[in-house]
Amino acid sequence: MVLFALLRLLPGDPANALLGVGATAQQIASAKAQVGSDLPLTEQFVRFVSSLARFDLGTSFVSQAPVGAEILDRLTVTIPITLLSFALAIILAVPLGIVAAVKADRWYGAVISVVSQLGIAIPVFWVGILLVTAFAINIRLFPSGGFPRHGWADPLNALRSLALPVLTIGIVMASSLLRYVRSATQDVLGSDYLRTARALGSGYTEALLRHGVRNGVVPIISILGIELASTFLGAVVVEKVFALPGLGSMLLLGISQRDYPNVQGVLFVSTLLVLLIGFVADLVQRLVDPRLRDRAVGSP
Amino acid sequence: MSAIAAAPVRRSRRSWLFAIGLILVGINVAVALLTLVWLPYDPSSTAGGRLEAPSLLHWAGTDRLGRDLFTQIMIGSRIALMVGAGAVAIGAAIGVTLGVLSAFATRLLDDAFAAAFDILIAFPTLLLAMLVVAASDTASLGSAILALGIAISAIVARLTRILAKRVIGMDYITAARTSGTSWPQIVIKHVLPNIWPTLLVNFALQFGLAVIAEASLSYLGLGAPPPNASWGRLLQEAQGTVYTAPFGAIAPGLALLILVIGINLSADGLRDIGDPTRRGSR
Repeated sequence: MVLFALLRLLPGDPANALLGVGATAQQIASAKAQVGSDLPLTEQFVRFVSSLARFDLGTSFVSQAPVGAEILDRLTVTIPITLLSFALAIILAVPLGIVAAVKADRWYGAVISVVSQLGIAIPVFWVGILLVTAFAINIRLFPSGGFPRHGWADPLNALRSLALPVLTIGIVMASSLLRYVRSATQDVLGSDYLRTARALGSGYTEALLRHGVRNGVVPIISILGIELASTFLGAVVVEKVFALPGLGSMLLLGISQRDYPNVQGVLFVSTLLVLLIGFVADLVQRLVDPRLRDRAVGSP
Repeated sequence: MSAIAAAPVRRSRRSWLFAIGLILVGINVAVALLTLVWLPYDPSSTAGGRLEAPSLLHWAGTDRLGRDLFTQIMIGSRIALMVGAGAVAIGAAIGVTLGVLSAFATRLLDDAFAAAFDILIAFPTLLLAMLVVAASDTASLGSAILALGIAISAIVARLTRILAKRVIGMDYITAARTSGTSWPQIVIKHVLPNIWPTLLVNFALQFGLAVIAEASLSYLGLGAPPPNASWGRLLQEAQGTVYTAPFGAIAPGLALLILVIGINLSADGLRDIGDPTRRGSR
């Protein structure tokens, strides 16, 4: 509903996007009838909701292609980027975060903290530009942008063109995730149950693995949900850096062409994915932490 | 034990970082103010050859039209500060008002407010900002500020609501209430002074995030239009010529990095001052 209201606020009639400058009044009227923008707002809204319920996202004003199919096509670029960079972020952040907490008084612990401080102060697209400068131009290891025309039919080249975007998002996500891992580890290290376990005769590593991991992982899971959602949206910006034909470039093009069905469709699917991720993170958290299970779903 | 011995050292390191943060922000503010009265070159006309490398004449080189990049980066710091300050001001005004109202409202209304804040927060800042920018007439500085302000207001509102509710539950509020103090007076005399330090730290963090988000918006072409030399747009323009003039794609980003790190360090320092129990620990 919010989506609908915001999109109708966009000035300019979408019918104008179909026609050039200097179209006759008659042409404008027929174009309006075609896109449905001559109908009253209430009727436009009813149409909008009923078609969403059927997962029919309409057809693009500009290209006349069905929006749903185009989104599915573009998700084959965006979803691999999201999942791969998310995996990279976890692989980087979890061990480094634990080291930063356990060895906080050593120089490498401090260095990890400082680097992660840098990582959260950098816009993700700048990291992308820097990586392009370093890898695609000087070393020429990976392409600086674009995606093979045949997509995943050419898996090796597809993966190669995703390497730099994934590295970009992975590094930035890792540095914010790292801070949460570090503070969760610090909480565990200072906890009474760990001291008790040590006093009862467990070794340091054994106490950490048996009690620490299970407790420390709970807050991290809800953070992971938020991080996965923002990884997905980071892809929107990074796709622009690397000229990838994903969901983000579809959204940007849609906004500039006032192609409502495309913009609506992308935002609808994005919001759905973001909410779904949050829901799954909530469920996983309950599985891991029995203390949360008694509470009603939805309450924090 | 060792924690006690280490505490004074660590505290002095923390206050050092706070000082560095304030200096970095101070430099940015000074540069931004300077651009109002003096610029090394005219930002809209050519000052040298195209895509020159950094030199004594042009500290950050020149862009593809031969304009001095350092001049544009200086102007960019003014834009970044304006967007950050404007967005945080809007976010604070809306957020604190709604948050306090929600904390004082009846149960039902409060729940409705809380749910609305959560939904808005689930909507990522950048996506929300893109929508608001797209909904306004043309991309302008004002629409970027408004967009980020709205996104920030939801975060501020949620925080204010939680903090204010905690204060309202205190015994001395009940005492003030029984002795006849009106709700508006309680808000001004008791609630706001108590939650102010925590809010201030959050405003500082949001300021930094707004600067990054503005750069992202203008990188995507949804920010301030060309006469405004936003760092994001400078980076977007320089990306096309990164093969011949890589420095142009680095310098504006460095400027942004300096400002945001300064803001984040200042925010950490403010938190230590406002909350003595956190001093010496992270």
